[in-house]
Amino acid sequence: MVEPRVLSFREAVLEALFLEMHADPNVMLIGEDVGAAGGVFKQTEGLFKTFGATRIIDTPISEPGAFGMAIGAAMAGARPVFEVMFGDFMTLCMDQLVNQAAKVRYMSNGRASVPLVLRTTMGTGANLGPQHSQGFYAWAAHVPGLKVVVPSNPADAAGLMRAAIRDNDPVLFFEDRMLYPAKGAVDADIPLVPIGKARVLREGSDVTLIAIGRMAQFALDAAKRLAADGIEAEVIDPRTLVPLDQEALLQSVRKTHRAIVIDGAPRSYGVTGEIASIINEDAFDWLDAPVMRLGAADTPVPISRTLEPLWRPDAARIEKAVRTLLS
Amino acid sequence: MKQTTRMAAASGRPEKTSPDWLGMHRTMLLIRHFEEAVRSLATAGAVPGLVHLCAGQEATNVGVIAALAKGDMIASHHRGHGHCLAKGADVASLLGEILGKEAGLCGGRSGSMHFIDLDNGNLGTNGIVGGGIPLAAGAALAARARGGDEVFVCFFGDGALNQGLLHECMNMTAIWKLPVVFVCENNGFGEFTAIDDVTAGPSIVARGEVFGIPSKMIDGMDVRTVFTTTQRAVTRARAGKGPSFIVCNTWRFGGHHVGDKQDYKADAETKRWLARDPIPKSAKRLIAEGLTTAVKLKTLEAQITTQVRVAVERVRNAPEPAATRLAEHVHG
Repeated sequence: MVEPRVLSFREAVLEALFLEMHADPNVMLIGEDVGAAGGVFKQTEGLFKTFGATRIIDTPISEPGAFGMAIGAAMAGARPVFEVMFGDFMTLCMDQLVNQAAKVRYMSNGRASVPLVLRTTMGTGANLGPQHSQGFYAWAAHVPGLKVVVPSNPADAAGLMRAAIRDNDPVLFFEDRMLYPAKGAVDADIPLVPIGKARVLREGSDVTLIAIGRMAQFALDAAKRLAADGIEAEVIDPRTLVPLDQEALLQSVRKTHRAIVIDGAPRSYGVTGEIASIINEDAFDWLDAPVMRLGAADTPVPISRTLEPLWRPDAARIEKAVRTLLS
Repeated sequence: MKQTTRMAAASGRPEKTSPDWLGMHRTMLLIRHFEEAVRSLATAGAVPGLVHLCAGQEATNVGVIAALAKGDMIASHHRGHGHCLAKGADVASLLGEILGKEAGLCGGRSGSMHFIDLDNGNLGTNGIVGGGIPLAAGAALAARARGGDEVFVCFFGDGALNQGLLHECMNMTAIWKLPVVFVCENNGFGEFTAIDDVTAGPSIVARGEVFGIPSKMIDGMDVRTVFTTTQRAVTRARAGKGPSFIVCNTWRFGGHHVGDKQDYKADAETKRWLARDPIPKSAKRLIAEGLTTAVKLKTLEAQITTQVRVAVERVRNAPEPAATRLAEHVHG
């Protein structure tokens, strides 16, 4: 077996991109400053030197047209990875995403497809404020025809990026920028992670914490603190929201009889409500308490150093919620 | 539809390629009769949803597509039956789709406005005004990345002239010199609004010129003018010299959709455009040049009428899609 290496989230995804571009000449990278500049967050560093300007396309600041072109490229045989620098800018691509990319397979009765990855960043913690922080994965998950991936650690992110590029449908890939420097063990050959499979990050018997993206890291921190008091939390990262590995979530709830769903996006009409409903519908008889939901405030993301950390859940709030649920 | 390249017996060298004007005429006739059949079916309530007919615009549909090679691709729009047929769609498969039948090319999911036919190089009709433009431009980007020499046509109406997507894609295809031909089928109205009421600037053509794209306004009722202009743009694109913009002035004889009373049009103008119908014009010229005779054209028209009638009979009472198909093909 090849020794695992310790890579940051950013480095791991970059290696995944390199591997896939190397393996398949149809893979293209399209976005703003993704070429010679190597990405605003150094997330495409070095790729341009290897793969050049025919496969790595630096676009003008023209998200609707450039993303529409990525869809056309995908329909014509390419496998574009399209980068939206900040998740908030995804709104500029929404028509192309919802009315073209998501519907082509269905409209064509399976005769055409759009094998592309829309990669974007999100996250709070750097005071980037209302128009540079949000992740619209819940919106995307509401659109039939899209797949939605929200990884929480380097190995999953890299393996899922490889799988997303190989997938024959439009896959939206949401990266929390605050995780970019986070290190983790990654097998040298970067194994594929199947889209649609949840991962149990920590086993436990007292409560199930279902946590999205970076929230999974907060949930692990909370679980560690709770363990000191003899409370064993099971932490599950769904990894992909569409398709959602419902059975893995339900199995855990049937074991622990309690669940908290934790998300870093506004709570109303979001992912937590969907997952809580699934548990209520399919595991109600196993529950000892109502499913609890933790989400961000139903407000835009404030820029203030005082207000921003209050906006979304963190380890302390998760810990407190578990104690409340168990009391 | 194909261009004929005859070999001169003595030298073995190909003679100068002569455009297949008769073939183009045939395709225009097919489109006209097809649209007439769709109109009848829609009036009888057999067509689900809205349907937008292109009768009157046949010369732009056919002239442009006749100038393309088989591997070249197009992106169409909501008034797109003519493009689909000219690009090679099977008559019954298209008609079945418009009627929402299982036998339609897309299983009754796409109808008239979302008909995708990649096998014939058609990225699809489109329900979003201007929505097809980036699809063709992006397909051009992919072709260049793999070293192909195909050319890509974006069809759109004057209604799309004020969509940002068009200007973004003109800019990108120009800076990257992509093999794209932008074809505006200017029929004077975006839905029920006259182009002059919503379009600023000295001319439509300037909207291409501002990006350094060779741009030209032509008579879209003359299939030969459309063909020769497109042919030049296609040659330029294939040679790696970048995009062109062609504005074809034309007229939709049937209004925005079937059932449109067209009371926003002036009678005199309608009359003037009807007199410029591209099909009789083409017929007259073919006869004058000795490429066909009035009798032969009558026979041709009878053949086409039969072809369309047979297709109508085949799909009109064909089965609806099975209920079990509802959830198919959301994901691969």
